[in-house]
Amino acid sequence: MSRALLSVFVFALVVAVLAYVPFIAGSYGITLGIGMLGYVTLATAWALFSGPTRYVSLATVAFFGIGAYTVAVFSENMAYPLLLAVAGAIGLAVALVVGLATLRLAGVYFVIFTFGLAELIRQLVTWYEVNVTGTLGRYIFLPVTPEGIYWQLLALATTAFLISWGIGRSRIGLALKVIGDDEVVASHCGIDIARVKLALFAVSAVLITLVGAIQAPRWTYVEPTIAFNPTVSFLTLIMALLGGANRLTGPLLGAVPLFMLFEWLSANFPNHYSIILGLVFIAIVFVLPRGVLAFVEENWRRWRKSGVKNLPAVAE
Amino acid sequence: MSELLTINGLTKRFGGLAAVNAVSFSVAKGEVVGLLGPNGSGKTTVMNMISGHLPPTSGTIALGNETISGLLPNRIALKGVSRTFQLVRGLPSLTVAENVIAALAFGRRRLWGDTARLEALSRLDEVGLAHRANQLAQQLTYIDQKRMELARALALEPELLLLDEWLAGLNPTELRTGIELIDTIRKRGVTILMVEHVMDAIRALCSRCVVMNAGRKIADGPTAEALADREVITAYLGDAHA
Repeated sequence: MSRALLSVFVFALVVAVLAYVPFIAGSYGITLGIGMLGYVTLATAWALFSGPTRYVSLATVAFFGIGAYTVAVFSENMAYPLLLAVAGAIGLAVALVVGLATLRLAGVYFVIFTFGLAELIRQLVTWYEVNVTGTLGRYIFLPVTPEGIYWQLLALATTAFLISWGIGRSRIGLALKVIGDDEVVASHCGIDIARVKLALFAVSAVLITLVGAIQAPRWTYVEPTIAFNPTVSFLTLIMALLGGANRLTGPLLGAVPLFMLFEWLSANFPNHYSIILGLVFIAIVFVLPRGVLAFVEENWRRWRKSGVKNLPAVAE
Repeated sequence: MSELLTINGLTKRFGGLAAVNAVSFSVAKGEVVGLLGPNGSGKTTVMNMISGHLPPTSGTIALGNETISGLLPNRIALKGVSRTFQLVRGLPSLTVAENVIAALAFGRRRLWGDTARLEALSRLDEVGLAHRANQLAQQLTYIDQKRMELARALALEPELLLLDEWLAGLNPTELRTGIELIDTIRKRGVTILMVEHVMDAIRALCSRCVVMNAGRKIADGPTAEALADREVITAYLGDAHA
């Protein structure tokens, strides 16, 4: 019990410290914080669904872009809180439709479908803007300060974390683990697989949509290629994998160092950024296929085991 | 005698192959019925259709007065049918206790928390596995995995339990324990339909047997009679022995 209390205390302390950051950090610090919190939320939300079900989704940017574009389209006719609510609602609606249509697909088909979905939505938005509104690209003028964006993302990241924590301890969390292990057994245990997956996919998608919506004012100008940039999907995926998608803090531990690394790379090697990015992807998949946390745990166990085993040998 | 399971004209085609062809039989409440037949005769396919793993091509399956054919496995499980699998299916990344809790949490009683945990432990105790409750399922031996699977199936509080070669691969001592275990389950009033090749077990447990060959039912009756049936002997051993 005291350990649980301690982790609650540490969690609250970390959130409080992060909330204080804008008062001391400069504008670069806040920009960095916004990017990092954005990716922490994206990776946590991604892992919420994809970690336990092992459905690798590349639709992250589809929802992220829907969030950003909703804000861009309605920013002049709606109050800001309503804007976020509408973005979330659209994300939810798309997630439910897509989920109902695709969650029966398994393995690589699902991966391809989600990637295709992101491209499809980008093309649809482009087509609509060119043929109906007549202009590609929109300006977003909203009176939201960088500090405001930072705090909103912090709140969203905290929410994502709490949802993930709550699910991990709930019945639906167990359902997800069972589904991840063996869908046939899951359904024979009485689990309604389609419903569980759909619910999780929807929660994850709404969180991702909100990240896009909250970050949108930072860009001032958006067009489909910016809002629906597939790199967002790949970065989210690799961050969650690096940390370990099956653990609560995994996506966080993956997102923070990788975000810093990519920041540093894009500042210092702007011309070779994509190449190095690709190499980092390959390295992570080869060296740490199950994530840093699992890697550390396994080696820690092995190290302790060999330590115990060595004892009698020493005694002899 | 009231029928718990009624199967009527059950057929399953895979392309041109009729794996199960117009099979009809019924199982009364409290009965232990053996489903026998040479390899490839369609026994497991019948089991898969009863549990909802495969949808039948035609024919009906009823539990009591309710038609269950065409429902998804989770719906059928909640109506009181649970099973073990021919090739053991544990949930490898979960602990042994969690394997059983999975069935308790989503089954008919929807137990959760400490209640579920205690119940899981007593279920594991029944199959002699309580001492392994906190191990990962993937660390269990084959036999213990089978036990765990049975505990999980029982945790669903089934009216009808489907055992698909649950006794296969056990050594003589384990076999005796296994037979006793199934007998205990029967005495609790659970109706059992079992696919089995171990003749000692069939003679000890099953009051009746349904025998299949090449997708068709070829015999149905009290165990001794069904096993002595001319067509059954032909199916297993060839014409010369009949």
